[in-house]
Amino acid sequence: MATVSPTPLLKDELDIVIPTIRNLDFLEMWRPFFQPYHLIIVQDGDPSKVIKVPEGFDYELYNRNDINRILGPKASCISFKDSACRCFGYMVSKKKYIYTIDDDCFVAKDPSGKDINALEQHIKNLLCPSTPFFFNTLYDPYRDGADFVRGYPFSLREGVPTAVSHGLWLNIPDYDAPTQLVKPLERNTRYVDAIMSIPKGTLFPMCGMNLAFNRELIGPAMYFGLMGDGQPIGRYDDMWAGWCTKVICDHLGLGVKTGLPYIWHSKASNPFVNLKKEYKGIYWQEELIPFFQSVTLPKDCTTVQKCYIEISKQVKAKLGKVDDYFNKLADAMVTWIEAWDELNPSGAKSAELPNGAAK
Amino acid sequence: MRTSPSLLSLTIDSALLNLSNIADLSPLPDHIVLDLFLLPARTRYFLSSRHSTFESQLPLSFLPDVLRNSEIVLISETCTSLDYRVAISCFSEALYFGIELLFVFGKMSLAIRDDEIDIIIGAIRSDLTSFMNEWRPMFSRFHLIIVKDPDLKEELKIPEGFNLDVYEKSDIDRVVGSSTSVLFSGYACRYFGYLVSRKKYIISVDDDCLPARDPKGFVVDAVAQHITNLTTPATPFFFNTLYDPFTEGADFVRGYPFSLRSGVKCALSCGLWLNMADHDAPTQALKARQRNSRYVDAVMTVPAGSLVPISGINIAFDREVVGPALVPALKLAGEGKFRWETMEDIWSGLCVKVVCDHLGLGVKTGLPYVWRTDRGDPIASLKKEWEGVKLMEEVVPFFQSVRLPREATTVEDCVVEVAKAAKERLGSTDPVFARAAKAMLDWVNLWKSVGSISSSPAV
Repeated sequence: MATVSPTPLLKDELDIVIPTIRNLDFLEMWRPFFQPYHLIIVQDGDPSKVIKVPEGFDYELYNRNDINRILGPKASCISFKDSACRCFGYMVSKKKYIYTIDDDCFVAKDPSGKDINALEQHIKNLLCPSTPFFFNTLYDPYRDGADFVRGYPFSLREGVPTAVSHGLWLNIPDYDAPTQLVKPLERNTRYVDAIMSIPKGTLFPMCGMNLAFNRELIGPAMYFGLMGDGQPIGRYDDMWAGWCTKVICDHLGLGVKTGLPYIWHSKASNPFVNLKKEYKGIYWQEELIPFFQSVTLPKDCTTVQKCYIEISKQVKAKLGKVDDYFNKLADAMVTWIEAWDELNPSGAKSAELPNGAAK
Repeated sequence: MRTSPSLLSLTIDSALLNLSNIADLSPLPDHIVLDLFLLPARTRYFLSSRHSTFESQLPLSFLPDVLRNSEIVLISETCTSLDYRVAISCFSEALYFGIELLFVFGKMSLAIRDDEIDIIIGAIRSDLTSFMNEWRPMFSRFHLIIVKDPDLKEELKIPEGFNLDVYEKSDIDRVVGSSTSVLFSGYACRYFGYLVSRKKYIISVDDDCLPARDPKGFVVDAVAQHITNLTTPATPFFFNTLYDPFTEGADFVRGYPFSLRSGVKCALSCGLWLNMADHDAPTQALKARQRNSRYVDAVMTVPAGSLVPISGINIAFDREVVGPALVPALKLAGEGKFRWETMEDIWSGLCVKVVCDHLGLGVKTGLPYVWRTDRGDPIASLKKEWEGVKLMEEVVPFFQSVRLPREATTVEDCVVEVAKAAKERLGSTDPVFARAAKAMLDWVNLWKSVGSISSSPAV
């Protein structure tokens, strides 16, 4: 019997991107798991505030001034006063993999009481293939103790590269405001011991609280949109990125997984504040979902950037009439790609950009 | 800035907390009802109904701010049909006052009577004593149909105390004619049971499966779980990352469109297996000692457009809705008496999924688990029948490419279309497919003649 090989740490290939507005105390709990890695902290809100990073972490920190300085006029595509600003971290990272987590997410325990190393599980998910073309009823077939079920064609058993690993949350579930208002006391206590590939052609609501992805495979698609200050909508940043990402993954034959690992989500945000932010989104998503479900990308869109620009054109053409916001968003999507390409020139060694000063 | 509470405001606060206990608001004076539900102009409400009790879980500390600042307030979560009337009466009040009420109704769990369920067992082995006794706590309430594999020579041994009908080769020959009875040999014998059943819900498990235990050690009532799956909506059009939103303690996540939250009818429920998972022979032979010990506590809807290998070992379906689509069609040349030597259920399941996708019905997978006992030798099975695994290379792309015409609006029509397509596209690849296509048509005819009329079962 084959022994399970240990999961590589990938400490020089993975950046942890954390958006924050207040403090990073939560990192203390993650220290055993995060300390080997480089952190990219994106400080939202007032840039004159000093964010204290716990001792012993290797990090770079960017506040709004840094974002404006680095991107110049293109900084307009990065949201302000919303955790959507985190995607700036994806852009400036030089690593192959990104893990992003919210500052109110802590280490969860599995049913046996053991601490869950979420990052390790995400790495496992990203390093092993996905199977989006045919659903495996035993979920992830590459996991220890599992395999493909009878009837699964052998030609599909190699799978495709995994671009995204979407983790879940125990305790405060990721509900929208109306659901939070109706069920303010509901806690997610169900540990579902599974990872699965989201089938090709199926969209899903991607939550940015506990998310990892292969930046080289899909990075440019992870634009978290225009949210927060001066925008009519909030709390749809990760949704937007998720729909774009899934459409592009489906087109390029990449996989998206969801399920383990769990983190412990501790903070329930105020549902009435959330409702105000989401209100437009709740109505707009009725248009957005059919839009994304019907997006087709031409065959000559062979890179993520080309796919993304094509989507932005369709956003302008078809969603501009839903609200002028989508015209702005389509423009911002183009700006994002331009900025991404500028900061990540293909082929060249990306060492020219200085890191933000560690404060 | 809160003004000090008045008796009225305290009463209203308390009433809101106890709204679930107030079945009928009509005795209340109008202005109290209005105060209870309606707010100053330009205020809107979400009313969301889901489970069978009407509960308000709003912490009151939130409410005063909302009354002042917010546009939308949620009142309650759930509705029985009684509370529907309360909700509707609020709705008309609200309309009168020019206030918009947005209703978001979820599922209501249906109460199923025991006599709507048939448990159908295909007896591949003659001694069903321990099987039936182990399942007795779960099965004894229901009517059972046991269909004996026509190839089985020995007498069936069935313990006492069940309400059941047994069908054997002679019955099958009598009902469908000896030329068509070949459809029902081996594992496919259970389809005869599906044909003659007159119940709405069918649950079927292989005769080498026993009740499983969950991680807490409790015995899993597979029947109850299948019924729950079939009687709560499926959500095939958008993936819910917390899996089944209708289960206790879960819901739709942020980003899930509200218009899709009522779901569609669930036509089929596929359960899973602890111990011997349903791997094919090569896989089980390679991993001879592998046993499935992972209990995944989830039910989920298989998304529309996504195909799935549906194992027949542990399934349940709504016979009224989708019965004809479970087809005993694909008979492998070397088909035998171990699941490793069959693919009939996989073909059948792909057909069901294609039909469900076309008709807007749902297919769920996940719980319940059954415990599948060790039986047989995968290497011996592989030697006997190895073509099935190869055939999947043709079968899956075929089903993935089937497009049903808009005019196919009934399940029978859909099955006929799939059969036609199978004959056209696969018939020349391997005679087994041409036979399968024909079997599907024979099955549909049988269903129309035998499956739809009410006849009294023999024995």
